[in-house]
Amino acid sequence: MSDPNGLIQPGRPAPGFTLPATPDGDPIGPEQFRGRPVVLAFYPADWSPVCGDQMSLYQSAAPVFAQYKAVVLGLSVDSIWSHRAFAESRGIEFPLLADFEPKGEVARRYGAYNAQGEADRALVVLDPAGKVTWSHRSPPDVNPGADGIFDALDQLAADRKVMAG
Amino acid sequence: MTTPLQVTARLRDPVTTADHIRGPADASVTIVEYGDFQCQFCGAAYPNLHEVLRQRADTVRLVYRYFPIANVHPYAERAAETAEAAAVRGRFWEMHDWLYEHQDQLDPVHLSLGVEQVGLPPDELNAEVESRAHADRVRRDFVGGIRSGVNGTPTLFVNGVRHEGGYDLADLLAAVDAAGNA
Repeated sequence: MSDPNGLIQPGRPAPGFTLPATPDGDPIGPEQFRGRPVVLAFYPADWSPVCGDQMSLYQSAAPVFAQYKAVVLGLSVDSIWSHRAFAESRGIEFPLLADFEPKGEVARRYGAYNAQGEADRALVVLDPAGKVTWSHRSPPDVNPGADGIFDALDQLAADRKVMAG
Repeated sequence: MTTPLQVTARLRDPVTTADHIRGPADASVTIVEYGDFQCQFCGAAYPNLHEVLRQRADTVRLVYRYFPIANVHPYAERAAETAEAAAVRGRFWEMHDWLYEHQDQLDPVHLSLGVEQVGLPPDELNAEVESRAHADRVRRDFVGGIRSGVNGTPTLFVNGVRHEGGYDLADLLAAVDAAGNA
């Protein structure tokens, strides 16, 4: 079951974790990107049409993410081998993390695990200090696009400017 | 578990004279299409959009913006930049139509033939595309689309509201007529 409190909300510290990730299977987690915004894109399954479109969109938007120095990490309960084939078929170069064993543990900790045994289609943006700054859950058949992510990244950049000023 | 309300996506970048526009300037309905020349769904929508413009010639105009998904469509960016090179020479729609009518011929060799068929100098356009002279313009459309919630192609906005229906002629006419009567 999903976290009864639902998807993790802004203001909460992001639970730490590492998971095996494409391309080489080395473990990756948000902590190693402290100092940069991190986008966690939970999705139900490699190869499903909506997920394919969503992850492709984030890949094609890579230059925009780069402007924010933001890191994008895709997460589903698929194995690293499925992730690798999926990434190759779609030209996806950002890491896809395998929340495979124990299955869905990271998704559960973020309140993004469902009764079907998959991750929800959920987006979580972490600020450079590792705190949740924005989160959003879509119905499984709805590609959430990237506008909410970029609004959150804009807000982070604006906040930092105020702090610096 | 509750499902969050779906927010209707709206076009954030207003239509300007810098856009590629087909149809009457005073049209009561504006369709903005974010498209990828190599996307088969865009290719399927193309003749239907054409027919909408023909059947509603007095009320509808079409704006085309580039949204190449380069990682799955290796020729999409080049096609978009070629269309922009044609646009600089006042031939955007001719090139646009050629690209959608020849979606299986977007490799560089065939694309050059297409440029020639549209009546433009292939070597000159090739050089511009190779030097990425039009990459910024294509990127600008793409980023604007992302900001408006474009999540795949084609995505249409009818009078600024994202079209959630299908791309059959009947669906498109219904959407256009609803917007025109709103």
